[in-house]
Amino acid sequence: MGKRVEVRARMSGVFYRRPAPDEPAYVEVGDMVKKKQVLGLLETMKVFQKIKSPAAGKIVEIVAENETPLSDDDLVFVIEA
Amino acid sequence: MFFKILIANRGEIALRVIRAARDLGIASVAVYSEADRDSLHVRYADESVCIGPPISAKSYLNREVIIEAAKKANVEAVHPGYGYLAESGEFARACRDAGLVFIGPTPETLELAGDKIRAKAIINRAGVPVVPSSPGGVGSVDEAARFASEIGYPIMIKASAGGGGRGIRVCPDEEVLREDFPVAKAEVRAAFGDDSLYVEKCLVDPRHIEFQVLADKHGNVIHLGERECSIQRRYQKLIEEAPSPAVKPKLREAMGRAAIEAARAVDYLNAGTVEFLLDREGNFYFMEINARIQVEHPVTEMVTGVDLVKEQIRLARGDKLGYTFEDLNLRGWAIECRINTEDPDSNFMPSPGTIEEYNPPGGFGVRLDTHLYQGYALPIFYDSLVAKLVGYDLTREGAIRVLKRALQEFTIQPVKTTIPLYLRIVDDPAFQEGDIHTGYIKKFVPDEDDEEDE
Repeated sequence: MGKRVEVRARMSGVFYRRPAPDEPAYVEVGDMVKKKQVLGLLETMKVFQKIKSPAAGKIVEIVAENETPLSDDDLVFVIEA
Repeated sequence: MFFKILIANRGEIALRVIRAARDLGIASVAVYSEADRDSLHVRYADESVCIGPPISAKSYLNREVIIEAAKKANVEAVHPGYGYLAESGEFARACRDAGLVFIGPTPETLELAGDKIRAKAIINRAGVPVVPSSPGGVGSVDEAARFASEIGYPIMIKASAGGGGRGIRVCPDEEVLREDFPVAKAEVRAAFGDDSLYVEKCLVDPRHIEFQVLADKHGNVIHLGERECSIQRRYQKLIEEAPSPAVKPKLREAMGRAAIEAARAVDYLNAGTVEFLLDREGNFYFMEINARIQVEHPVTEMVTGVDLVKEQIRLARGDKLGYTFEDLNLRGWAIECRINTEDPDSNFMPSPGTIEEYNPPGGFGVRLDTHLYQGYALPIFYDSLVAKLVGYDLTREGAIRVLKRALQEFTIQPVKTTIPLYLRIVDDPAFQEGDIHTGYIKKFVPDEDDEEDE
């Protein structure tokens, strides 16, 4: 059992799980991810930021829903590092 | 004159149009998303209609709902503002089909101007010089890379569909091109609903000089002089001024003539902007036609005395242009700062929040176009441009002093804004001497990647 790592929104914005509506999601629950791997996008005032993995590990939970607004510091992903 | 118009936009530009309409004795209808119920444009308009959820694609970009609102409100014309549907040929056509006057160019011209590659070819054929770019849109990253190596790096990826810097990326080499291409596509798709991109050669440190044009339905095309918009960050303009310190009367005449030729080549109607790059040797290259009223239009208004939005409405109705640039007697100097809720000390990250303390500047020579008010909660869904502050005086030096004072007076708290950056720029001797170019901002802002990899 690894360490639980939380990925939070660094500011309020709309969360996107996929690069485009017709493309697959960046990650799914159960995926192994590398450090700095792109997990999703956050759009704040028309600027897109990549949400990157802070650590290598496994995605155990995707808390935020696609295309929904998040508040500053909302939990987005949980990773088992 | 029209009796009632609908404004298919939000923010400061919606207010700008509502005010012009009121000055002309025309009633206005605002549209708003669920996130904009408390926005000032809703309060200032004579009527307002909710057009859907916060995400722009479902509200401000929703052509059908907006046309429906216009029909229901019984308006005669629609003003699209800038951004959103302003340059959508499809929207202009839908207006026409619904019996509404679109306050802007024809759908055909919008489609041509929006196809920046084709527009450039046509305008080049009319005798106006252009910057080398891909002959067509590039579908894939491989195609982009192939073309880029043909014209040579550095290159720019640009959106075929729109402006505002959305989707624009400078790529010094192929590695960056491959990384940025998909991100640019996503940004462009979200902003314009059209994700085609093209590749253009990047000139080193040119000036950005653009000409305001007006065209009526009777074959008259005039220009209203230039604006210099060289102070930009990532192709988002930050400071604009009119006239340009680099444009002397002879060059103005040549560029003005080229701007009129460019507008004629695409059968331009209504207000538009012809953008050029100007190099140190005084060579200018046509870049694109912005087929809309532009964010920075106030600086032209200040030095010409012409209300461009009123002119748009008059021209859409079929009025004749009764004057030329020579009749206007250009007077004074106007400099505009775009105040964004972005943190200039943190790579211009957006800074959403509620405006708890608001004190606008005032006094002689100050013009402020804004939709801010005390207590306003900035929606996260929309652009971070919240105010346009213009300093005006008879000389450039005087305009800079007015601007500096106004920036010092302006309080917008607790969100971060670009005001502190502008306060540093107005004190810079190079800026004061007019020694600016499109790379100028690098002096103040590290040219870093937008990803902070901590």
